[in-house]
Amino acid sequence: MSPTTAPAAAGTATTEAPVLLDVRGLRVDYGQPGDPLLAVRDVDLQIRRGEVLGIAGESGSGKTTLITALLRLQRPPARTTAGTALLHPRPGQDGPPVDLLTASRRELRALRWERLSVVFQSAMNALNPVHRLESQFIDTLAAHRRMSRTDARAHAHHLLELVGIPASRARSYPHELSGGMRQRATIALALACEPDLVVMDEPTTAVDVVMQRQILAQVQRLQAEFGFAIVFITHDFSLLLEIADRLAIMYGGRIVETGTPAELAGDPRHHYTAGLRDSFPPLRGPLVPLRGIPGSPPDLRTAGIGCSFADRCAGAQEDCRSTVPPLFVEGSRAHACLHPVGTPAPSSPGGRP
Amino acid sequence: MTSPTDERPTDERSAGRPVPARRADDRPVLAARDVTVHFPTKGGAVHALDGVSLALHRGRTHAVVGESGSGKSTLARTLALVQQPTAGTVELHGAPVEAARRRRQRREFAATVQLVLQDPFSSLNPLHPVRYLLSRPLLLHRPKMPAEQLETEMLQLLERVALVPARRFLDARPHELSGGQRQRVAIARALAVRPDVILGDELISMLDVSLRLEVLNLLATLRDEEGLAMLYITHDIATARYFADEITVLYAGEVVETGSGEDVTQTPAHPYTRLLVESSPDPSPESLAAGPGGDGERPRADAVAAEPPDLISPPSGCRFHPRCPLARPRCAEASPPSVEVDDGHRARCWALTDDEQYQRGSAA
Ligand SMILES: Nc1ncnc2c1ncn2[C@@H]1O[C@H](COP(=O)(O)OP(=O)(O)OP(=O)(O)O)[C@@H](O)[C@H]1O
Ligand SMILES: Nc1ncnc2c1ncn2[C@@H]1O[C@H](COP(=O)(O)OP(=O)(O)OP(=O)(O)O)[C@@H](O)[C@H]1O
Ligand code: SF4
Ligand code: SF4
Ligand SMILES: [Mg+2]
Ligand SMILES: [Mg+2]
Repeated sequence: MSPTTAPAAAGTATTEAPVLLDVRGLRVDYGQPGDPLLAVRDVDLQIRRGEVLGIAGESGSGKTTLITALLRLQRPPARTTAGTALLHPRPGQDGPPVDLLTASRRELRALRWERLSVVFQSAMNALNPVHRLESQFIDTLAAHRRMSRTDARAHAHHLLELVGIPASRARSYPHELSGGMRQRATIALALACEPDLVVMDEPTTAVDVVMQRQILAQVQRLQAEFGFAIVFITHDFSLLLEIADRLAIMYGGRIVETGTPAELAGDPRHHYTAGLRDSFPPLRGPLVPLRGIPGSPPDLRTAGIGCSFADRCAGAQEDCRSTVPPLFVEGSRAHACLHPVGTPAPSSPGGRP
Repeated sequence: MTSPTDERPTDERSAGRPVPARRADDRPVLAARDVTVHFPTKGGAVHALDGVSLALHRGRTHAVVGESGSGKSTLARTLALVQQPTAGTVELHGAPVEAARRRRQRREFAATVQLVLQDPFSSLNPLHPVRYLLSRPLLLHRPKMPAEQLETEMLQLLERVALVPARRFLDARPHELSGGQRQRVAIARALAVRPDVILGDELISMLDVSLRLEVLNLLATLRDEEGLAMLYITHDIATARYFADEITVLYAGEVVETGSGEDVTQTPAHPYTRLLVESSPDPSPESLAAGPGGDGERPRADAVAAEPPDLISPPSGCRFHPRCPLARPRCAEASPPSVEVDDGHRARCWALTDDEQYQRGSAA
């Protein structure tokens, strides 16, 4: 078993695991109501307990807009205009689900850190530059877990060690750490209160591949210990194939395909997914000519009467320009394409067990 | 793996493209010889490059890979004569480009060697239409060009980088273009001076992944059809394999391995290169099925310290020794010699001279 695949417990039980967050019909606009940019359109998404959901998509396809809306971290001119995002209670706890999109500030404060946390690309934003690393952990733990400062300090050191930062560095200021260390500290802080869901938006894009590999191995070890679900956003489709249980592919503000890594890599149905897959040259095996996806991203100002990928799609037919493809569900996977990629790739990868 | 002659093997490495065979008399167009660059700082000199040599040939692409801070950009800037080396020389067509004569040579040099940077957004002034961006370099080198000829040459440049219909793109401003289109304008601008060499520093890393191959394939066409020599700097070893004829791996300012794209990626010899290859995400079915670290001999990526070394006082001996799973006492004492592990495939590591076992493993 390689060190980089998720523990089997996280990889297998996901289809049966209960739904943690259930997103329906989410829409987010930017700008004036009269002339909006439709950044997220009609997104449905389910996140199950303990799973790694990978979201990939073109730059500008709405990934960050989607998760900042869900976590209620969005700022004007972004506006959520429709949808629900139901966060279900922990197993064994009673009560109705909370709609994150309508929850009050007080309700949200109670959920942050303890049930939901987030890691962005730039760790500097999450860490306060004038406070020692350790005291940021202690403050968070004392406030949300009602720990004594002594217990909180010991727990902080444990968390930092889990991400490979020795206790001797715990009293450092953020600027005294390398970029990779800061990012790992941010991840440890996001996990401090043992949340149910950790959202990571390009958490390793700014670090080196060797460091990235190490951070991911640590995240997976932590996940095995704590069992949280992860939403992992990145443009790096090949990385998601290795770490995710399930993938959602975004294009032009919509989710155009969902499925397992093996399904989407071996037999993509939507033409954008196929193009994305074929944009990454393989490091092993035969080299074949690859084209990428010529053309430009869609204009998000027009509501669009057809498939937003039609201008760039080799498989487009007439109806693609007049009908917005609905989501076709096929068992555990789904796609929004009127004329799906037909022939499976000659050799489909083994993917995750 | 590598053929013993200078004939390029016509394997799938070249992805089916026609490649002019490299002739034995082929002198490098541009080369760095034993280049050292130290940056003086308050804390001491930063050893950005130490004794680095690298040659660029007509019609070939040489990739440089390495972690952040390993000296890739410094090498490109040195080859472009933007950075003065502390020691060593830069040679153009075999002749050293002397520091004292640089001022006079500068224009001639710029007409031969063009540096293209990663950021298609900041390298193009948003206020200027493409017409202006292209006419400047054309007129700089041939100021007496008549207007009709200028127009024709600009249209030809846009066609060469596949921005068609060219007339439509001539009057576009950068903000009206996609990232890939903007990067192609930056390349067209570099081509305007008819260079022999393009030095590309992270040319595609700012682009959306869907646009990267479009730019790489364009550069491959220019290399194959017009014989440009190219330096391709990247942190992505998979695109280096796809696109480059040779790969040089830098670690902490030193060359640790160099060889053909296939040799370096498929049978990496240096422990750092192995770590880099193991750490890189790979979508190929082979890799997804096997998983990394499969043969037990390669260093497991997460077992190795990820922190890069301090370049003000670099580690003694082999600079990789504090992180190397194969380190032995002599690694901290002396710098390993360069060893030929296969025809044209060299690496610097004591394990290659000491361990028959390791050597066989690397050349298998
Ligand atoms: N503050 C803003 N005002 C107006 N438009 C915005 C704003 N932020 C984002 N957008 C637009 O919304 C769309 C979605 O942007 P978003 O940042 O969600 O994309 P993304 O998928 O996260 O892209 P990336 O991979 O580049 O991070 C884009 O077209 C973007 O230009
Ligand atoms: N002007 C300078 N003054 C001092 N140090 C410098 C200067 N320029 C570069 N360095 C240092 O030299 C080393 C090599 O830098 P360089 O930019 O060549 O690395 P790189 O391989 O291009 O890294 P990256 O992948 O991050 O672009 C780094 O440690 C860097 O901090
Ligand atoms: S709906 Fe039509 S245009 Fe869109 S991806 Fe499918 S085939 Fe292509
Ligand atoms: S010389 Fe020694 S420390 Fe350096 S890479 Fe080889 S075995 Fe490792
Ligand atoms: Mg984003
Ligand atoms: Mg650089």
